[in-house]
Amino acid sequence: MAKQQTWELRLYIAGQTPKSVLALKNITRYCKEHLEGRYSIEIIDLLKNPQLAEGDQIFAIPTLVRKVPEPIRKIIGDLSNEERVLVGLNIRPLSSKIKG
Amino acid sequence: MKQQQTKLFPKTATGISGLDEITGGGFPKGRPILVCGSAGCGKTLLAMQFLVKGITEYNEPGVFMSFEETIKDLSQNVQSLGFNLEKLVADNRLRMDYVRIEKSEIEETGEYDLEGIFIRLNHAIDAIGAKRVVLDTIEALFSGIENAGLLRSEIRRLFQWLKDKGVTTIITGERGEGSLTRHGLEEYVSDCVILLDFRVIDQIATRRLRIVKYRGSTHGTNEYPFLIDENGISVLPITSLKLDHAVSAEIISTGIPSLDKLFKRNGFYKGGSTLVTGSAGTAKTTIAAYFALSSCKRKERVLYFSFEESPDQLLRNMLAVGINLKPYVKSKLLTIHSSRPSLQGLEMHLLVLHKLIDSYKPKTVIVDPISSLVTIGSNSEVRAMLVRLLDMLKINEINAMFTALTHQPINDYIDLSVDAVSSLADTWIKVRNEEQYENRMRSLLIVKSRGMSHSNNSWNFIITEKGIQLMPATAAKNMNENQNNK
Repeated sequence: MAKQQTWELRLYIAGQTPKSVLALKNITRYCKEHLEGRYSIEIIDLLKNPQLAEGDQIFAIPTLVRKVPEPIRKIIGDLSNEERVLVGLNIRPLSSKIKG
Repeated sequence: MKQQQTKLFPKTATGISGLDEITGGGFPKGRPILVCGSAGCGKTLLAMQFLVKGITEYNEPGVFMSFEETIKDLSQNVQSLGFNLEKLVADNRLRMDYVRIEKSEIEETGEYDLEGIFIRLNHAIDAIGAKRVVLDTIEALFSGIENAGLLRSEIRRLFQWLKDKGVTTIITGERGEGSLTRHGLEEYVSDCVILLDFRVIDQIATRRLRIVKYRGSTHGTNEYPFLIDENGISVLPITSLKLDHAVSAEIISTGIPSLDKLFKRNGFYKGGSTLVTGSAGTAKTTIAAYFALSSCKRKERVLYFSFEESPDQLLRNMLAVGINLKPYVKSKLLTIHSSRPSLQGLEMHLLVLHKLIDSYKPKTVIVDPISSLVTIGSNSEVRAMLVRLLDMLKINEINAMFTALTHQPINDYIDLSVDAVSSLADTWIKVRNEEQYENRMRSLLIVKSRGMSHSNNSWNFIITEKGIQLMPATAAKNMNENQNNK
């Protein structure tokens, strides 16, 4: 059932830049709100592990990658636009549940 | 002079034959170079060759970052050129990274930068100690990223970063309308810009290269034809920038003893070029064959380019006038290469000449006749090609003889091929036929011979089964004066 769907997310950052910190803060908040108990976020700091950038085709920082559910989606930026992030991650906002 | 320039301005040899020559030693070391041109003009290939040659010839590892083609495709595409990318990668001499940006799976929200590309590049460069980098074609990012303003500033930052990193970088760019590149990359690359062009003129395709800009360095400003073949790109400088080839004082025989005597030192200078002009049936080929024979007799290799006769026909005809070249063909001292002038473009002809000369290493080269080539190119093109050919022959100290068919019995200068070569040739021999006393009289005149005094008279000659025999002109002194006045 759709409710059992889990989300595996990966956040690529490059050091603790303001954009990266903000992105992490944003995605944690959205997940807590919408995906409580059904998500995992892996944070990859490319300054420490630069070799990991190629595998997920990372070019922008920060980049959020939705590994599961498939297909892979990427959201680049500090994730400040909640609506776009939720749509991008295929997480229905609570309000849309009512609609349908 | 060259060394002095290198000191002032360090350069990185490109490993692309001819390009180092016109750039005075290569690309600016540690700086970005923009290579632009329309689709299919050879940008990627040039960049790849720069990397591969850097690795194989200059011990400079390289990183190739592709924004368009996958690594697999790239490897396959250059395999035909003998570049084995997989092996270079396995040896840790080359790193390849394909940056794929699939717009459909990307959402943009909020602020970001392109640090990911920096990190990938940095990682690849440091992993193998790369000195050369290629970004092919970074403009592809424009179709994948919405925020063009950010992209521009990031590209600018990237180029500066590469400069600080001290790597010599080729950035390729697709040609835009009215600008060198579609997204104006030339604004960010200020040091060196190379433009490639692919044109079809009279159904013959020609590739050309031009250095649009090279800050802080002298460079050739012409458009240089270049070729892509199984050895990659080679640029053919129209002329080398300098006229500084070594010359020999040694003398070689023309192959005709009585003709030798007309020159003060009994022959041509070794490594010189000779032009033989005349209308149809004036024994130009016979003179050329004698020259070939004399070289063979000295045990020196001869390469004979025949644009009108097949090898067999040439051998048979020459046998009729007492020149037996067959044994030398058998012993490989003489190679006759026949081809139709219209078979291919001038550049391709030149390339074939270059290659044969390169592999066969002859001491003497004969082109019979160069005037055939005129039929396939425009005046300036033919001239440029011949200058290049002569240049190459001189640098390699190869004796050259060109024959040229003229149609104007009075004023040879009107003829294109003659006009193109006569000023370049060291020696110019004119042969002609004349009707006198109801007979045909052959005559020969040395128009010029650089660095050597020579007979100023017109000499009659006959051709028998024993060959050419010269004799003093018996008649028509005024005819001589006519020619001398020219």
